Amino acid sequence: MTVRIGAGAGFAGDRIEPAADLAERGKLDFLVFECLAERTIALAQQAKLADPAAGYDRMLERRMRAVLEPCWRNGTRIVTNMGAANPEAAARAVREVARDLGLSGLKVAAVTGDDVLDCVADLPLAETGGTAGELGERLVSANAYIGAGAIVEALDAGADVVICGRASDPSLFLAPLVHSFGWAMDDWTHMGRGTLVGHLLECAAQITGGYFADPGYKEVPDLARIGFPLGEVEADGNAVITKLEGTGGAVTRSTCIEQLLYEIHDPSAYIQPDVVADFSGVSFEEIGSDRVAVRGGDGHPATGKLKVSAGYRDGWIGEGQISYAGPGCVARARLAIDIVAERLAPLGDEIDEHRGDLIGYDAVTGLPEQQAPEPPEIRMRYAARCRSCEGAGQVGEEVEGLYLCGPSGGGGVTARVREVIGVASGLLIATEVRTSIQIFEA
Amino acid sequence: MKLREIAHARTGDKGDITNIAVIAYRAEDWALLEAALTEEAVGDFLGAGAGKVRRYALPQLHALNFVIGDALTGGVTRSLALDAHGKCRGASLLDMQVQVDPTAR
Repeated sequence: MTVRIGAGAGFAGDRIEPAADLAERGKLDFLVFECLAERTIALAQQAKLADPAAGYDRMLERRMRAVLEPCWRNGTRIVTNMGAANPEAAARAVREVARDLGLSGLKVAAVTGDDVLDCVADLPLAETGGTAGELGERLVSANAYIGAGAIVEALDAGADVVICGRASDPSLFLAPLVHSFGWAMDDWTHMGRGTLVGHLLECAAQITGGYFADPGYKEVPDLARIGFPLGEVEADGNAVITKLEGTGGAVTRSTCIEQLLYEIHDPSAYIQPDVVADFSGVSFEEIGSDRVAVRGGDGHPATGKLKVSAGYRDGWIGEGQISYAGPGCVARARLAIDIVAERLAPLGDEIDEHRGDLIGYDAVTGLPEQQAPEPPEIRMRYAARCRSCEGAGQVGEEVEGLYLCGPSGGGGVTARVREVIGVASGLLIATEVRTSIQIFEA
Repeated sequence: MKLREIAHARTGDKGDITNIAVIAYRAEDWALLEAALTEEAVGDFLGAGAGKVRRYALPQLHALNFVIGDALTGGVTRSLALDAHGKCRGASLLDMQVQVDPTAR
């Protein structure tokens, strides 16, 4: 038996069209949407506080309208973390979409239990050096990265769509494989291999030529119409990574190696809730056009602990930008930075941290000794993290003030303010996190 | 010769840690890559603090993975950096000069 599992999204804002194509033509058993970044769940939690029916991915209904009918028709089951802070409300929303589309009998499961906000008061957080409770009212969310178990349970119960909140990204893919092949949850080699498949697929187009093209060095055909990947997984956990014929992009040994190491630290110890996956012996072989065989994943016993991600309000970031061009543009932009810093100085403690950058010069590389030649134009950017929204707003105002009260020839000011949601992490004993499932039928 | 001529790279981020995978295009360049890209050389080039770079090798893939601590000024959510994820760093690393022994090629 081969299980065909596709990736329908690699982040919350990902493109919908390639997912719809996979749903229609992929002959998939499962289609997985990974849409939940670290801070997204804290924002979703805030939305839920304001409205108990909110707090899930704002693109959920759009995505489901695009894929639900073809998935239902083709026998493809969906797994996603688009439930964010409110999987039950998300499941109800998907049920409504299914009813609208006339998909009577479609079962939607909500997986809950990752929300541990009520029991983390004493949890030490690595980044803040204190406990979660010490964040007081600033603490917005605390979610454990749950593993595959509850998703497997939902699939075993016949769910056509499984919606969870915070789950480890690879577990979204591992769970359908455990469900299909009947792997034991302590069969570490298979857990490791399934995690490897999940890791390779979870960022969607990042393995089909996205985040890869470098003209003249790494060519990717028809990147504009890039297709999303799918894995053809065998019962032994080894797999072929490929994409649909007629889509843009490429699946090669090189795209696979880049994605294998994406966001990985020690390749022999990728710590997951289900397993400590071992990618150190992985090999890739091109066995056809856009077909790469992946072998050699392994795994070691899980740690028995779950990572908890806590979101907390951490002030506001204000930012402004202005352009300078022609001879002396770097010197004028540097003068502009000094002026803004001096004008913001009276804010004092209101400002936690601030910086000025020259975009196109040192903003991204930040190399201290770099003596780059002067470019024909430069964009000055000033950013500050402030205690209040009002303070952050002044940053952009002072950059705008440079039009009349700054160096010669400044143009094209933009300004913005955003709230900062800090993320800090701790570890909970896995058995302290109780998950459950609830099924909604259309 | 610049690193870009023999290798490609991808950057990822987790919290305040960045990782840069550097992969040789050709098997014959693997030995050079392994010799030139020490933890120290990469740390110096990227301006990372002493002892902040850890290297892992995957010889069968001709790939090195560099893990750099305290790299993202507090992590993506609160960093003031323009590229808060540090996504551009891998490509900048490809600008590094690597020595070629002419007798070896």
